[in-house]
Amino acid sequence: MADKHLSTQFDSELNSLSSRVMELGGLVESQIRRAVHALAHFSDETAQEVIETEQRVNAMEMEIDREISSVIARRQPTARDLRLLMAISKTTANLERVGDEAERIARMVRSIIGKSGAVRSLPATELGVAAELASAQLRKALDAFARLDTAAAVAIMKEDDLLDQEFDGFVRKLITYMMEDPRTISPSLDLLFVAKAIERIGDHATNIAEFIIYVVKGADVRHSPIERAESAVK
Amino acid sequence: MSTTITYPDNAPPVKAESRNLDFYYGSFKALKSISMPVYENRVTALIGPSGCGKSTYLRCFNRMHDLYPGHRYDGSIQLQPDNIDILDRAVDPIEVRMRVSMVFQKPNPFPKSIFENVAYGLRVRGERSQSYLEDKVEDALKGAALWNEVNGRLDEVAVNLSGGQQQRLCIARALATDPEIVLFDEPTSALDPIATGAIEELIGEIKNKVTILIVTHNMQQAARVSDYTAYMYLGDLIEYGATNDIFMKPKRQETEDYITGRFG
Repeated sequence: MADKHLSTQFDSELNSLSSRVMELGGLVESQIRRAVHALAHFSDETAQEVIETEQRVNAMEMEIDREISSVIARRQPTARDLRLLMAISKTTANLERVGDEAERIARMVRSIIGKSGAVRSLPATELGVAAELASAQLRKALDAFARLDTAAAVAIMKEDDLLDQEFDGFVRKLITYMMEDPRTISPSLDLLFVAKAIERIGDHATNIAEFIIYVVKGADVRHSPIERAESAVK
Repeated sequence: MSTTITYPDNAPPVKAESRNLDFYYGSFKALKSISMPVYENRVTALIGPSGCGKSTYLRCFNRMHDLYPGHRYDGSIQLQPDNIDILDRAVDPIEVRMRVSMVFQKPNPFPKSIFENVAYGLRVRGERSQSYLEDKVEDALKGAALWNEVNGRLDEVAVNLSGGQQQRLCIARALATDPEIVLFDEPTSALDPIATGAIEELIGEIKNKVTILIVTHNMQQAARVSDYTAYMYLGDLIEYGATNDIFMKPKRQETEDYITGRFG
């Protein structure tokens, strides 16, 4: 396929948008990492940093949206270009949500720190594994987006089940703790919100993977069984 | 390249259909085996770069090429419901043009009054009754969204109207004979955006009564006004499909390259 437009300016606008999304992805990834670090070390300072940085995430989202609107207004994109812009817009929205989840984790960490020592007995570090998994999913989704790699996208969608299993397992464990010692109920609920936030990050990575298939194949595989995505990329 | 058209189950009725249509200007083959439906009460847009044959194809529908020396048609264009072949020599081109009228790129009003411009086709057909003509002219001008602007000055010469008004007058003239198909050959390329918007709006309204085939260089216009789109290149029909599919997810790489501006 001729991969360049007659208008080189259009090409550079699309390239610039793609790299802005990657930039936002990088920022959001580091937000997750720091939020998880704050959780593992009960670090109020790191949690505070995450909360402050969230504003940069929001500002970048708005900036990317402005650029997308401007490209649509001036270029009237069609077909693959239009699908790419739709995907960039939705990926940006998903990344911003991941940023929100990181902020939510940071706020929970601060709330947990403010509570009694009962929390120390809870399996908070186990969430580190799930968080690492979620953050890896997001990184892979962004890599696949940069390369428009549909095979990688399908793999990411399949791996989301792992994260869901981690979440279910963690919830069962928390329930055991809460039954044994009612003093752990309040911090357990905070941890439950953290676990849910991590699970949501995985969902956002899956959404981004679905948009990759939409850009390349024109197939909308959202809300469908994985087999549909698999047959779309064949 | 021959392209076979498969009709989906929910397809609207076919108003006309070209079958393996070739057209030659002398020894130059301008159309290569074009097979394509034109659905009734729908807008079909023909797009493609200059020289792709889209205007040549359009003009076959009312035998506009008949006066070119050395022209030749092969294949057929079947017009429904009576299934006559428009290209058949035995079919009178005047009769064809009563049923298939045309609006050109540049507004071309006759040097006559507004009224006479619209009444022209009916007079050619032999219509004499003044009250009948007045009714038809009013209907056609209303149909072309021009009545409110010219009512009360129908005797004025048409060339004094603005470009956009002149083009709507030409549409009224094309509608006055109650055609079944109206051909538009780049109808807005000489108009400003406001007049263009008015014509596009009009196309959306008159398609309830007539079937429309439109050639346009403006792909966004094709996307806005048409229900079906055909992409042509060097006399071949490269892809034909529902406009939504062509502009969101064309099947052929050549179509994709053209509509996304990668065509070099």
